[in-house]
Amino acid sequence: MITAGMDLGAKTIKIVIMKDGQVIARVKKLSGFEQEILAKEVMNEALVQAGIELDQVDKTVATGVGRKTAPFATDIITEVGAAARGAIARNPNLRTVLDIGAEEGRAIIVTPEGRVKDFAINEKCAAGSGTFVEAMARALEITIEDFGPMSLTSDKAVPMNAQCAVFAESEVVSLLHARTPKNDITRAVCDAISSRIVSMARRVSIEPEVILIGGMAYNVGFVASMKRTLTEMVIQVPDNPEFVGAEGAAWIAHDKLGG
Amino acid sequence: MPQKKEFWRWKEYNWHDEDIDPHAGEIISAGVDVGSVSSQVVIIVDGKLYAFSSMRTGSDSPDSARNAMSWALENTGLEIDDINFVVGTGYGRVNVPMAHKAITEIACHARGANFMYGPKVRTILDMGGQDCKAIRCDHRGKVTNFLMNDKCAAGTGRGMEVFADLLQVSIEDVGELSFKVDHEPDPVSSTCVVFAKTEAAGLLRQGWNKNLVLAAYSSAMAHRVFTLIERLGVEPEFAITGGIAKNIGVVHRLEDELGMKALSSDIDSQIAGALGAALFAKALYEKKMKKK
Amino acid sequence: MIANYGYMDGSGEYYISIDTDKCIDCSHHGCVDACPVGMFIIEPDDYDDDVALIKQEFRKKVKYECAPCKPVSNRPPLPCIKACTPGAIGHSW
Ligand code: SF4
Ligand code: SF4
Repeated sequence: MITAGMDLGAKTIKIVIMKDGQVIARVKKLSGFEQEILAKEVMNEALVQAGIELDQVDKTVATGVGRKTAPFATDIITEVGAAARGAIARNPNLRTVLDIGAEEGRAIIVTPEGRVKDFAINEKCAAGSGTFVEAMARALEITIEDFGPMSLTSDKAVPMNAQCAVFAESEVVSLLHARTPKNDITRAVCDAISSRIVSMARRVSIEPEVILIGGMAYNVGFVASMKRTLTEMVIQVPDNPEFVGAEGAAWIAHDKLGG
Repeated sequence: MPQKKEFWRWKEYNWHDEDIDPHAGEIISAGVDVGSVSSQVVIIVDGKLYAFSSMRTGSDSPDSARNAMSWALENTGLEIDDINFVVGTGYGRVNVPMAHKAITEIACHARGANFMYGPKVRTILDMGGQDCKAIRCDHRGKVTNFLMNDKCAAGTGRGMEVFADLLQVSIEDVGELSFKVDHEPDPVSSTCVVFAKTEAAGLLRQGWNKNLVLAAYSSAMAHRVFTLIERLGVEPEFAITGGIAKNIGVVHRLEDELGMKALSSDIDSQIAGALGAALFAKALYEKKMKKK
Repeated sequence: MIANYGYMDGSGEYYISIDTDKCIDCSHHGCVDACPVGMFIIEPDDYDDDVALIKQEFRKKVKYECAPCKPVSNRPPLPCIKACTPGAIGHSW
């Protein structure tokens, strides 16, 4: 049985093709203006990678903000549902999924069957998502790739007061003016966002094991801050953390076909 | 690194009333409002508006207060020691060196608005460069209910400035340009300034012109502020103070949504806080004298 | 006076309201000790009445600070509201 999962996120499109529960293709591209056309392109690439034709895919399920306009998909699932299903497939012992993407952050408690027991969301405010870090990277004139590693070189906790991405940008600029080293600022940014994420996560009863997924999981500085903030739990960061939602969608397609 | 952002811009100026001889007055009191963006000083003589100044707040609150004070005193023949009582207000109120007391900007605004617009004003909306306040007060200008928003850039001058930046238009022109459109577009749907900016960039790519985008953002902003005062409940009469009071693009759309016109006054609404502080200062001085 | 502390952002409205007229006659100011993060303080307001207010440093993050008191499901009564017998405190979310 071959299924596909598409995750049309705010910043990236991710597609996973699975054969009998094994991932055989995994493609990611930046989202753009023409979401639908791009999604088709990403799907074609994934098909090439899998070495199959579109009509060999038995079922496709879509998730992500753009899920309603997803081509090929016959079913849709919320981001929360997809993340839960994808995470449990990765590791059946997981109970808490922290999914931090470009525009949203979520804390999800999952049942052993991969169903959602409880969840909390940070949304519609850039201060609680990956966009925050991007905006600060721009203010610092560094790349997002450098951001995490740079913050690891700092051992100073500089406080950041602004709770808004717009005001925080000015705060970063004044910190620069005050000759605060850039690495200390990057760490302050990581600490600020992770403290917001952890507060949100505490609204659900966090249970071990805990996994951190979504685009922000690539940011080693953020991961380190999360570990410093959520001290009572071990946080796991899997390979390809951004694909868990798409995998979840592919799994749901698989489940629906009775696989 | 160059200072990239200029915040909500204010004209700097001072004024005093030539027809008043301050030395003939009994009580001279002053209010100093050190805001995050601009600072104002108001001097009143026996309860009459005598002089005021407005300037940008510098990086240091005490200095900003001193500068604004000397500017207000300029050419008046008054010295700082002639002033009987000074009240500090605004975000930097605890750092006003010459102040005898600090009072919140909420209480000062209500009191100042009561003076400027008369006792019938019940709801005041103050839209500053970095915050937004909604205040309800009684006929004496005493606060009965208030709320403030200084966490989020949406609904503040700063949010509008992000858009002026994006569209490369001057902040002073935003209001007028937003009406130079052939139809009123739907408001930008994201409240968050960061997400709204992304949305606007998309609209521009779809071929919207600048004015149309400004119109869409101005009505989003008007709606934002509307929600804020709705929480409080708007009781007429209603007045708007602060920097955005000068942005007709937001003000007219807000008036439409409220179905109510904002009061006007010949006194610049920007000094409402400092004026209220000066009025508090007068009352406090009288109280102190009575005790003696 | 009804004082609303907190904020509105893209994600919602987060205000703690305090009816300060009720604070004036309150004998115990239970809110101060009840709040696990110590958000409340009793201070004279602008009209010289001793009333409860939310400390400045908490005002821009009440949503986050109150999170532990507000689990998504099975929310217990909030400690601050329970402690305030005159019923001066309200939360908008
Ligand atoms: S403008 Fe700032 S506080 Fe407001 S929603 Fe956006 S990031 Fe959040
Ligand atoms: S809900 Fe909890 S943290 Fe929030 S003010 Fe009340 S007692 Fe304090």
